[in-house]
Amino acid sequence: MTTARFWRDNATRYNLMATRCGSCGKVSFPPRHVCPICHRRSLGKMEMFRLSGKGEVYSFSLVHDAPAAFELQKPYIVAMIKMDEGVMMTAQLSDCEYPEVKIGMRVKATLRKIGEEGTGGVIHYGYKFMPERIAPPVETPL
Amino acid sequence: MREVAVIGIGITKFGELWDSSFREMGIMAGLAALADAKVSSEEVDAIYVGNMSAGRYIEQEHVAALIADYSGLARDHIPATRVEAAGASGGLAMRQAYLAIASGMHDMVVVGGAEKMTDVGDSESNAIQSSAADQQWESVFGATFPSLHAMIARRHMFQYGTTREQIAQVAVKNHLHGSLNPNAQFQREIDLKTVLRSPPVAEPLGLFDCAPNSDGAAAVVLCSLDKARRYAEAPIKILASAQASDTLALHSRADICTFEATRFAARKAFKQANIGPQDIHLAEVHDNFTISEILAIEDLGFFTKGQGGKAVEDGLTKLGGQVAVNTSGGLKARGDPIGATGVAQIVELVQQLRGQAGKRQVQGARYALAQNVGGTGATAIVHILGVA
Repeated sequence: MTTARFWRDNATRYNLMATRCGSCGKVSFPPRHVCPICHRRSLGKMEMFRLSGKGEVYSFSLVHDAPAAFELQKPYIVAMIKMDEGVMMTAQLSDCEYPEVKIGMRVKATLRKIGEEGTGGVIHYGYKFMPERIAPPVETPL
Repeated sequence: MREVAVIGIGITKFGELWDSSFREMGIMAGLAALADAKVSSEEVDAIYVGNMSAGRYIEQEHVAALIADYSGLARDHIPATRVEAAGASGGLAMRQAYLAIASGMHDMVVVGGAEKMTDVGDSESNAIQSSAADQQWESVFGATFPSLHAMIARRHMFQYGTTREQIAQVAVKNHLHGSLNPNAQFQREIDLKTVLRSPPVAEPLGLFDCAPNSDGAAAVVLCSLDKARRYAEAPIKILASAQASDTLALHSRADICTFEATRFAARKAFKQANIGPQDIHLAEVHDNFTISEILAIEDLGFFTKGQGGKAVEDGLTKLGGQVAVNTSGGLKARGDPIGATGVAQIVELVQQLRGQAGKRQVQGARYALAQNVGGTGATAIVHILGVA
């Protein structure tokens, strides 16, 4: 993927920005210009806001066959996460093993490396989800 | 709206056809369909070609003009149009041709569908197929096309108690049907253990839950019904053609165990044909993954939601069952050259309705349905054909 194609969505990816329809309240992720319920009535009323980053696993899979870009990561877990705001997104799970993942498991978003363009290329960052129980790493003084 | 009939069908063998190029396959299928229709090529008003990704598979775009050219039609300067809707490209090409004739714009149209998938490796093919999903918000995070269907399967098991074995039985049945189809990519029967023990692709789905990468082409000749009797004693009538769309990304749906696009297209098609699901004798449905067939037979109304797995397990969708599903072997066993698939489904329906399906003939078949899906249900095409 070209760099521009990735970075133009960075603000949304890094900050989990969604839209809420000012007319009916429906939340969309990624952000939308038009509400699929209110259509024209939503124009100019789509408000950007930041998702809490918390939700639960709606479904998941352990991926064994993957495109070259993910060759070094496999097998990895992909999941659909139902966010507490009601919207769903697709992402990898981290900091957990496949057998412990269950539908309904509470997770939270974490900023991680998503991929890279070859060994000398751009590194792409974005969200993955980790179990809510895991505490953030503690920085140990040198 | 004029009534439209199918008067000719042609298909290549599906499989890893190392010796055949994209254009050769397309032309072989097209010429076979014209010969079957007893139509000469100068009678053809237009061509529609279903193709998903020739640009990435063989680095060739502009394939409709290519096929028209190598079919010997360059000097006739007929309109040649490529149609793309990922896995539903073939079915959508069929629908465009139907609309062109129904509207009165054309009288005779050839619909082709072709894909040459084995010129790239499996990893590249996986990436190409993943582009039928939402590239920016699904694929980029590592969600492959099989893994999206695996998540549907897991959710179906969770919501309805569908078992892994019931899902696997789809592959067993379709390989059985494929063993009766001389054009199928896989003509060997398999047992349940083979499916369950196959290498994992995206858990819970394994290799035998996935349609293969295939090369192949299929074609049909459509004609207005009033003219069809000049060419065919028993033209097959297109009773309905319907199309629906849905969100591109699976995660934007309220429920991933139903393809609303299939339900909407089916509802419109049954209304147009003035029949119901109980009247259908056989159906070719889009089993790109085993779980997809379970969704399809539920969403088309053959079985209530959640009962699809049990219906397969009970043999209700086998040849001789309540409704024979994927008598050709389906995408799983006949093969799935993406752009060709939707057209190959029509070829199977016509063979069955003509009573020419040999060992896999559904006795007394009068009404047949094809359901062709693009992506994870963002496009669905439903056609209903019947004996005129």
